[in-house]
Amino acid sequence: MLHLPLFLIFGAICVAGAINLLVQRHPINSALSLIVVMASLAVEYLLLGAEFLAAVQVIVYAGAIMVLFVFVIMLLNAGEEEHTQGSRVALLLGVPGIAIGGVLVAWTVLRHSNTEAVALGALPGPPKDVARLLFHDFLLPFEVTSVLILIAIMGAVVLASKPGAIVRDRRPEPAQEEKRELAAVGKER
Amino acid sequence: MSITTYIIISIIKSAALISILLTAVAYSVWLERKVSARIQNRWGPTRVGPFGLLQPLADGVKFIFKEDLTQPYVYKTLYIAAPIIAVVFAISSISVIPFGNSLTIPAFSLGPLGTVGPITTPLQITDLNIGLLLILGITSMGVYGVALAGWSSNSKYSLLGGLRASAQMISYEISLGLSLVGVLILAGSFSLRDIVDSQRHMHWYIFLQPVAFFTYLISAYAETNRTPFDLPEAESELVAGYHTEYSAMKFAMFFMAEYANMVTVACLATLLFFGGWLGPVFGPPIVQMLLPVVWFCLKVFFFMFLYVWVRWTLPRFRYDQLMAFGWKVLLPIAIANLVVTALVVAWRA
Repeated sequence: MLHLPLFLIFGAICVAGAINLLVQRHPINSALSLIVVMASLAVEYLLLGAEFLAAVQVIVYAGAIMVLFVFVIMLLNAGEEEHTQGSRVALLLGVPGIAIGGVLVAWTVLRHSNTEAVALGALPGPPKDVARLLFHDFLLPFEVTSVLILIAIMGAVVLASKPGAIVRDRRPEPAQEEKRELAAVGKER
Repeated sequence: MSITTYIIISIIKSAALISILLTAVAYSVWLERKVSARIQNRWGPTRVGPFGLLQPLADGVKFIFKEDLTQPYVYKTLYIAAPIIAVVFAISSISVIPFGNSLTIPAFSLGPLGTVGPITTPLQITDLNIGLLLILGITSMGVYGVALAGWSSNSKYSLLGGLRASAQMISYEISLGLSLVGVLILAGSFSLRDIVDSQRHMHWYIFLQPVAFFTYLISAYAETNRTPFDLPEAESELVAGYHTEYSAMKFAMFFMAEYANMVTVACLATLLFFGGWLGPVFGPPIVQMLLPVVWFCLKVFFFMFLYVWVRWTLPRFRYDQLMAFGWKVLLPIAIANLVVTALVVAWRA
């Protein structure tokens, strides 16, 4: 009834946001377009009847991850991208490449998916259904994925932290340390 | 109920709720000024109307007529969009909050249009089975208003305020969410109406989940940038923080967003821990219908008062204290509470 027009409208918004993400030069505009994409995807989920997924999409992606993106852009005060003359090779190879790739993906999806359309509201919506899927039917993959993500986070922390940074935290301020070293040197002399 | 009646009723309910919310916002500013004045042995607003009761109206008129400055160095689109984002998300979270049981309108005639049958409608715009998650989602989107305001103002104080706000809100959102999970485990539903219904016969979750309640309250104060966590707008260091460059109605929109968020937090605390609209019900039918709303409003009022009381009693945290408290104290407490609750529920089942 009202679902199909809304679905199409938000699909269009989603695609427009994705294109805007690529076209915009300023990183913060790109980040905001990505938020639009994620929020409209959440609405699409909602229209398909997956309300839990929609809520999680907004909370996790639009509300948490993208806030961090925006935060980092603000923190680094990233400016506008420099405009370069597009290389001719990219134009000659890239555009046909994208076209061929798009056609291939569309063809594969159309060929191998069921011809029946997904009915509106057919997806597992209520939190209880999703919970049964996650913690009963797919418990092992779910837990393994969570451990995998944990390992990735720890890896990121290890990579990002300077060697010995955690230990140095406990020591006195570098300025004081320097003074003490100077004093020690002075005594030796 | 036909779809037309449904839509008409929904529109009426939305309009009524938004106007009630905005009035509540205006009068919580009045409450804040009055109570703060009382705490500091002053009078507060007294000139406009009895007890200064028309002060919010005067303030509103003033905000509208003030010069709306837009500095030449701001990033204009986002500068204008930021207060709108803040206020829209703050107000829209009221849509799933139930503030009473249900309302029955007896049949009445509309003259030539025919009669409208007796209508029973829940006192809530919409009851979703993901109601609480929706509120969490909307509040998490509200960060953008503050963050973008800080960034687009292109001024150092605003930027620092915006950065502090986003870091603080991300940090405390985690313990806020985790503190609510304990209640959700006991209630077994995300729908706010179901959560209230499961607290009948004085089984208020404040008695079963006291730790969760205090964790929620503290992290909610941090989420709404209120003292003792008001570092994003710390006057003594950042002028006014993220809204330094804003004036007139744009500034008022941030103000409205802040107080609307406070009302949402107070409503959630009431619904999740203090049994929502539950309370003694007696008297004739019309009183019976309205008493739950009165109980709900009283409980929300108490939390609004608590906000003001805390603000004018406690000093501000230092920034490192704020972060250490959020991550090293509040978060472990929230996780421990969640684990204990889950174990007890599993053991009993």
